[in-house]
Amino acid sequence: MTTETAAVPASPAAPGAPLLEVTDVRKHFPGRSVGLLGRRSNPVKAVDGVSFTVHQGETIGLVGESGCGKSTTGRVVSKLIEPTSGSIRYEGRELAGLRPGQMRPLRREIQMIFQDPYSSLNPRHTIGTIVGSPFHIQRTKPEGGVKKAVQGLMERVGLNPEHYNRYPHEFSGGQRQRIGIARALALRPKLIVCDEPVSALDVSVQAQVVNLLEDLQSEFGLAYLFIAHDLSVVRHISDRVVVMYLGKVMETTDRDTLYESPMHPYTHALLSAVPIPDPTVESRRERILLTGDLPSPSNPPSGCVFHTRCPKYRTQLSETERERCRSEEPVLEEKRPGQSVYCHFAEARTDLIDGEADLPTTSGLRETRPRSAA
Amino acid sequence: MTLSGPTELEAVAAEDGLTGAGLDPEGDQAPQAIQGRSLWSIAWRRLRRDKVAMAGGIVIVLLVLIAVFAPLLQALYGQDYQTLHQTDGLLDPLDSMPKGALGGVSGAHWLGVTPVTGQDILTLLMYGARTSLIIAGLATALSLILGVTLGLTAGYFRGWVDLLISRTMDVLLSFPTLLLSIALITVVGYISGAEIVRFEIIIFVLGFFGWPYIGRIVRGQVLSLREKEFVEAARSLGASNLRIMFREIIPNLIGPILVYTTLTIPNNMLGEAGLSFLGIGVIPPTPSWGQMLSDAGQYFQIDPLYLFLPGLAIFISVLAFNLFGDGLRDALDPKSGR
Repeated sequence: MTTETAAVPASPAAPGAPLLEVTDVRKHFPGRSVGLLGRRSNPVKAVDGVSFTVHQGETIGLVGESGCGKSTTGRVVSKLIEPTSGSIRYEGRELAGLRPGQMRPLRREIQMIFQDPYSSLNPRHTIGTIVGSPFHIQRTKPEGGVKKAVQGLMERVGLNPEHYNRYPHEFSGGQRQRIGIARALALRPKLIVCDEPVSALDVSVQAQVVNLLEDLQSEFGLAYLFIAHDLSVVRHISDRVVVMYLGKVMETTDRDTLYESPMHPYTHALLSAVPIPDPTVESRRERILLTGDLPSPSNPPSGCVFHTRCPKYRTQLSETERERCRSEEPVLEEKRPGQSVYCHFAEARTDLIDGEADLPTTSGLRETRPRSAA
Repeated sequence: MTLSGPTELEAVAAEDGLTGAGLDPEGDQAPQAIQGRSLWSIAWRRLRRDKVAMAGGIVIVLLVLIAVFAPLLQALYGQDYQTLHQTDGLLDPLDSMPKGALGGVSGAHWLGVTPVTGQDILTLLMYGARTSLIIAGLATALSLILGVTLGLTAGYFRGWVDLLISRTMDVLLSFPTLLLSIALITVVGYISGAEIVRFEIIIFVLGFFGWPYIGRIVRGQVLSLREKEFVEAARSLGASNLRIMFREIIPNLIGPILVYTTLTIPNNMLGEAGLSFLGIGVIPPTPSWGQMLSDAGQYFQIDPLYLFLPGLAIFISVLAFNLFGDGLRDALDPKSGR
C-alpha cells in the first residue's frame, strides 16, 4: 500500500449519508428493426423504474433471476450505459447525462468488478499492466511509483507481488478475480459495483473471494452494490437487499427482514427455492414453484408485471382481487417500517427459511465483522 | 487464440524445464519463474515445433536475403541480367536459341540464358524475387493499413459507420478486379508512360482490392472483442475510445493480422506474376517471374528449362508463405484444427 490512508472502518450499523441515490432509473433498449423499412419492434424495458439508495460503507444486494435487469442496473450505475431516464446522484452530483469527459474524474470513485474472470482481463497484458492501467488512464502518480502501488495492491488481494510480469492465462479463476478486484481497488473508490463477482467461481473459491471483499470493505470503508442470483451469498454479504423482477423492484428491505419475513410473493418463491441443509426441514417445507416463462421485457404484462407467474394470484386470490392485479400496477410502497413491497396483497411469511440455520454455501464462510443484527 | 489447453501448456512448460511451476494454481511455490510467458512466447514455442512451418519460414528468409542482396550475389556470381549475350556465341545464330543442353547451362551461366536476348537466367530470377517481394510486400502493407483502420472503425463504432464501410467492402469484393486492373493500368500507363508509375499502379491495384478481406476479418474480431468485459473494465476506468482501440483491442488482433499477412503476400505475388504474364505488369528491363513465364511460353518446346525455372520460383515461394502462414495460425490458435 502506498498511500496508507487510515481507512475509516465504516460501521454498517450506522450508515452515513447517502453515497448513491438511484431514483426511478429506466433503461429501454431500442427494439430491433423489423424488415427493410426499419419499423422497430417495442423497446426492451431492461430496467423500468428502479430506485434505491446506497450509504457509505454499506452493501446492497441486488437479486433476481436471469434477465431481470440487475446487471443492466449495475452498468447504468457505473455509467457504462446511459440511462433512458431517471436520476443517479453520487454524493449529490447528478451522473445521468454527464459526458465522458465530465465523468472521467468521477470514475475513480465508482469502480466495477466483473462476473467472468476470463473475459475481464485482457489476455495480452501482464498483471502489472492490467492492475496499473487505472493509474495510467486517470493520469495519477501513486506514491512510490506505479509498480510499487500495483505490487501493494496485489499483496492486499492475496496475490504474490512477484507475479507482476505474468499473464492472465497463468492464473486460476479465483486468482483472476482477485486481479480484477485489485484493479477496481487501485483508485481507492468509494463504491464498487460487483456484477456477480462469484457466480463463475468454484464454491470453495467463492467463500475466499467473498471474505476478501468483506475484509476490503472494512479496511477501506467501501460501499458495494452486490449483484447476484445466489441468495445465500447475498444473505452473507448484504446489509440491505433489493429484489428485482422484469426490470422493477419487487421488494427492498434490510437483510434479516427479507430472509426472515419477506412480503412479496416473488421473494417467497425465491426463498423457498433455497435448499436447507436439513433433510427433515427440507422435506416438510413448502416449495413455491413459479410456472411459465419470464415474460418478454419488451411487452410486459398489464397491471402487476408479476401476476402471470404469481403463485398467490393463482391459488389464493378471489376473482375481484385478481382483476385488480391485472389492471392496476402496484407501486413500491412501505408496508412495514423499512420494508417496501410492490404488491397489492403483500403479506409477511416467516416459514420459508429457518432463521437460525445458516445457509449451505455460507456455512463455510467466516464472519469477519460483527453484524448489527447479530 | 485466447487460452491454450492445459496439456498444451504443460508440454511447453515441460520443454522449458519448468514442469508445474508455471501452472501451479496458487503460484506460491514458483519464486524463480516470475517472468510470465506471454501468449506470444507460447505461440513461438509451438511454432518452433512445427517442422513444416519452420521449413517454410526458412525458405522465406532465404528468399528475402536473395532479394535484398541480389546486387552482391550478382557480383559474386560474375554475371548480370542486363547484359545481352546475343553476339558472343551463346545463342545459335540461326534461331537465336541458346546453344548447348538445357538452354545453355554452363559453368558461367548456371541456369542458362534466355532465348533471343541471351540474358543470364539466374540473375533474372534473383531480381525477379526482388520485384515480386517488393510489389507483394507493399501491396499487402497497403491492404493492411486500409483494412485494419477501416475494419477497426467499422467494428468498434458500428451503426452507420459500419454500414458505410461494410457496404463499400461488399462492392469492392464483387468487383471484377482483373478487368479493372487491366483497364486502369492501360489507361494510367498510357497517360504517364513512366515505368515507375507502372510499379505503383500494380501495388495500388493489388493493395486496394485486397483490403476488404482483412477489413472483414478485423471487423468481425472487433465486434466480438468490444463486448468483452476487459473493454468494459477499461471504459469504467475512464479510458477513451482511442485508448481502448489501441491498448485493449489491437493487441488481440495482431495474431489474425499476422496470419492474414503471411497468407496475402503469396496471393499478391501470384497477382503480380499474373499481371506481368498478361503483359500489363512490370515491363522489361525490370525482371519479373511472371514476365519470364510469359516470354518462355513461346519457346517451351525448344527450351523447357526456361519455362520451368520461373514457374518453380513462384511455386516454391508461394508454397513457403502458405505453409508458414498455416503453421502460424495453428500456433496462435491451437484450438482450430486443420
